[in-house]
This record gives sequence, C-alpha cells and structure tokens, in this order.
Amino acid sequence: MAEVTLRNVVKSFGDVEAVRSINLDIPDNEFVVLVGPSGCGKSTTLRMIAGLEEVTSGDISIGGEVINDLPPKDRDIAMVFQNYALYPHMTAFENMSFGLKLRKFPKNEIRQRVEHAAHILDITELLDRRPKALSGGQRQRVAMGRAIVRNPKVFLFDEPLSNLDAKLRVQMRTEIKRVHQKVKTTTVYVTHDQVEAMTLADRVVVMNHGRIEQIGTPQELYHQPRTRFVAGFIGSPAMNFVPCQLEQNSAGMLVRVDDKIALPVPTDRSARYQPFIGKPVTLGLRPEHITEPRHNGRNDGSDFAVTLDVVEPLGMETMVFFTVNGTEICGRVEPSSAVDAGATMRLHANVDHMHLIDPASGVVI
Amino acid sequence: MSTATVAIPAAKRVGFSTSLRRNRRWALVVSYVFLIVFAIFFLMPPYYMIVTSLKSDAEVAHMATNPWIVADGVTLDQFKILFTQTDFLIYFKNTVIVTLCVVAITMVVSVLAAFALGRMRFWGSGILATGIFLTYLVPDTLLFIPLFQIVKALGLLNSYWGMVLVYPTLTVPFCTWIMIGYFQSIPKELDEAALIDGAGHMQMLLKIFIPVALPGIIAATIFAFTVSWAAFVYPMAFLYSADQQVLTVGTVTSLIRGDVYKWGMLMAGALVAAAPPLVIYAFLMDYYIAGLTAGATKG
Repeated sequence: MAEVTLRNVVKSFGDVEAVRSINLDIPDNEFVVLVGPSGCGKSTTLRMIAGLEEVTSGDISIGGEVINDLPPKDRDIAMVFQNYALYPHMTAFENMSFGLKLRKFPKNEIRQRVEHAAHILDITELLDRRPKALSGGQRQRVAMGRAIVRNPKVFLFDEPLSNLDAKLRVQMRTEIKRVHQKVKTTTVYVTHDQVEAMTLADRVVVMNHGRIEQIGTPQELYHQPRTRFVAGFIGSPAMNFVPCQLEQNSAGMLVRVDDKIALPVPTDRSARYQPFIGKPVTLGLRPEHITEPRHNGRNDGSDFAVTLDVVEPLGMETMVFFTVNGTEICGRVEPSSAVDAGATMRLHANVDHMHLIDPASGVVI
Repeated sequence: MSTATVAIPAAKRVGFSTSLRRNRRWALVVSYVFLIVFAIFFLMPPYYMIVTSLKSDAEVAHMATNPWIVADGVTLDQFKILFTQTDFLIYFKNTVIVTLCVVAITMVVSVLAAFALGRMRFWGSGILATGIFLTYLVPDTLLFIPLFQIVKALGLLNSYWGMVLVYPTLTVPFCTWIMIGYFQSIPKELDEAALIDGAGHMQMLLKIFIPVALPGIIAATIFAFTVSWAAFVYPMAFLYSADQQVLTVGTVTSLIRGDVYKWGMLMAGALVAAAPPLVIYAFLMDYYIAGLTAGATKG
C-alpha cells in the first residue's frame, strides 16, 4: 500500500511562504495531478514529497510512515524531471540501471527489469544509446524507464512534457496514461497545463498562491468549480466572466447582464441564489455553453443578439467574440451558423451550466 | 499573379545569398591573413630551437652562418652530449616525479573543494570560493619568501619533495576555480536524480560529476601540469644541488656558465623539455574542447 498523505504541510523560503498548510490524501494507485499557475507551490509540494526540499512544518507520509526526515533514497519514490536529468555519460541501459546498481541488485534482475521497462516503453532498440543520440521524446521515455525499473511506491512527475513540442506532448501524454494503466502505482504529477491535468488525472488538485483551491475529478472541477480561480483555470478556452445583477420578477429569477440581456435562472437554483438578489454578482459561462440557438425556436429568454467583434474558424467549430457590458465574451458555434465579424448573430446561453460567483469572496455560489 | 509573387522573392533571395557569400569570403580572407601572421610569429622560436639544436657547436659559434638554416649538416651531437654528459636526465626524472605528484594532489584537492563549494551549498561557500581564487592572485615572487621559512622548517629545503608541497599553492586555487565553474554548470536535476536513485555524495561525485565534468577536469589537469612543469621561481629559490634540481632551473644553471652559453644544448634541452606538454596538449585538446554534457538535459 502506498497512499500519500500531506498534513498541514508548510514550506517557507525565508519570509516567503511557498506552500501554506496544505492537506492532501492520495489513495494507493491513484493518479493525482497538481495543477496551477507558475509559483503556486505545486513543484515545491512535489519536491517535498521527493525529499528534495525540507518541510518547514507539517507531516508527509507514504504508506502510513512519516517520511519528513528520510533522505530521498529511502523514501522508495522515483521521479521524472522536466529536463529529463539523464546522466549524459551513460547509455540508456546504464541510466535505467544506475539506481538498481547502487542498491546492489543482482545483475540478472537488473537486466530483467530494464528489459521489461524498455519493452513497456518501446525503447528496447535504444538501450545502447547515450542521451545525446536520443530525441526529446526518447529521452523522456528513458527517464520514465529509470523510474519504472525501480518499482517504487510512488512515481513523481515534475512537468515531464513541458520541453516537448505540441505533437509529441500529446503522444507522450497518452504514453504516460498507458504506462500507469500497466504499472499501477501511486502517481503525483505536476503540470501547469490544465489539458494535461484533465486528461491524465484520476483526481486533480488545483493550487493557487500556495494553497489548494479544489480537489476533485476532472469532471467535478469542470462542472462544479468551487471558486472563480478554478472556474477560470480549468477549461480551454477559459470561462467567460461577466459582471451582472440578480433580479427577481414575476416570471422568476433573472441574471441581468445589460439592458437587453437577462438570462433566466434555472428554478432548482433559486433558493441558493436568493440571498444575492439585488446584489452585483459575476456570471461565469464557458464558451461551449454559448452557442447558436439549438432549441427549434422555443426561446426561454436565454437567446440574445450580439454584434460579433472577431470570428475565428477552427474547422470543426468556430469561436465568436463579442462585447457585453464592456467585457469580451467568447462563444463556440457550428461553422455553418457563424456569420462574419461586424454582423449581428443570435446566440443562446445554456443557463443550466452557468455559475454565479460572489465577487467579494471569489466563491461560486 | 502567383508567378509574380514567387518571382520577386526568388530574385531577392539570390541577391541576398550572393552578398552573404561575398561577406563570408572576405571574413575568411581576413581571418587567414591574421592566422598566418600569428602562426609565423609563434612558430619562429620553436623553429629556431630545432634548427640550433641540430647544429654543431662550431656552426652555432660561427657568426657568419645563417642562423635559420643548418648549413654544415644535421647532427644529433647536442642531444647525445646533453643526455650523456650532463645531469639533464636527472632533472627530467625529478620534474616528472614532481609534476605527477603535484597534478595528483591538485586534482584530488581541487575536485573535492570545487564539489563542496560549487554544489553543496553551505553558509559562506560563496565567500570561500572567491577567497580561494584571490589566493591565486598573490604572485609566487612574493609567496616564496614566507614559503621558504615553511619549507625550511619542514626540512624540505633542497629537496624536490618541497616542490611537491609548494607548487599546489599555485595550482590548487585556479584549478578549484575552474572546477567550481564546471560543477555549477551541471544541471542541478542531475544530483537530484542521483539522490533519488540512491547515491550518496561521494558516489554522486565519482559516478556522475567527475565523468560529466571531465572536460573541466582535463582543463584543470593541463593547467596544473603546465604550471608545475614550467615553474621557475620556487625551484630557483629552494633547490640548489643538481640531484634535486628540476628541468627549468637545472637546464639553465648547468648549461650557462658565466658568460658561456651552450646554445646548442640549451636549445636541445628546451626542445626535450617542451615535448611532454606538447604531447599532452595534442592528445587532450580535442577531448578538452568537446564537452560531454550534451544530452544531459533538454537542448
């Protein structure tokens, strides 16, 4: 069993608190991705789990054992670095077997493990090559191989795909997921790329300013973000945020965006939103929930007409940009229904997916 | 329309590349002119040494002959006399012993010091590193006075083992400085990967840092070798009997007697003395320049 637990973990660099009392439970074999913008503390958290940074306060345990004071080699972890960190004077085989040699494994077992890992990663033909004779993707596979052969309790990945080009990144992402399915091991993966986080993770931990904003499955984070930060960070293109006001009239509750646009609030949310009537709130709506009307003319008030500022055809969909209440908003429409920039287009807001945010606290209501 | 669009940049490209070629040709011509001038300038002394060492004493002494050519026939007499009738081979042996010991001591001390100062951050490591380099700036012409007292107190005056002790004062600071730079240029992820793989600091140094920093180590070795092979002030001050003398001072003191210069043997001795550094430079220079760190990290 290799569950990883962080209890009130704090990391300070002088006066700067990089990680602020975080708590996290990662069950055995789970693939957890720490995601957040640069400087949010995700890499520091990973490095504390690895033993490369000391914990200022709090406890980190692996398999129930507190490992705060254990050196990295005794934590039974393996790490894949952003820039591969392969030993340049060693072949791929030597790189992968280095840790096992230091641990005095028998030669036969070393060979067996390296060949097995090479087979999983499809790098058997590359074992005699030195890192400089390998491409970026191949180097990253060797780095993963070095981690796999150790058969550790926990895999740690520190932005392993950041240095690869876009195409290779997608390929390696699938590779990492495939490897995790084959080699079931608790994995902590750090990235600033929310697409990577969403596609790889069993659960995603969104961090900001050294704190955990939200922990959840990719679907939970996408559909039920708890804060404006999470709502804006997860999803691409990012969620639109528009200042608005909640109103109550005879027809029900409305989100007043401007003089012309007032979106109906789904009735199941009325009770939740009641305390905010008459107050300014922020409407959050993802571009994929602003589309051309798809309801056969049955308008419940969530259709509106806007003049398009910019139109970006992407092939399978078209992004349309328009301004409401001084805020630029992005919508996602079928290519066939898009009009040219400058023209007026009727759009539909899928209010079942809207989020209202308290602007004071940044919390989703 | 499309033809015109293609034709215009194509015409521009031709003009641009011609101009580039012309620039490159001029740059090459100027480079070669300077290279030839410098090559002649620096090759003249060794050429003069070779020519003089292959002449007989009579030809060297004859003022009317052309000093740049061997007119009376090539002879190896100067080398024969040097090896058989002088203490040159003793000087050579002493120099080899001193140099090998100094290089070994220097490399052990400076690699360990540089690893500690460059990679294992501790309080004051930066100041210490600068301090070590500053000691290199004190010239040996000043240092030999206090060192004389130390060498004398240790009973190593007039012993080439004294040189093994004092030469590192010249070599260790600079070699440590070179190695600090090399060790610092190695990505920190390599030690982190080694730590996670289970390496201790000594294993990390021996199995990762030394192989990766080999170009730096070779550079430092060449420096230590050159300094101890060519040192003059310390042996001049601390050694005075022929059996303890080293090449630099020994050759000069035994082959210049008052105002009598044995030019032929001096040149032959200088040539033989220059051979080991030359061979070492020739063999290690490529390795020294190549660098092994390619592929360690991205890029």
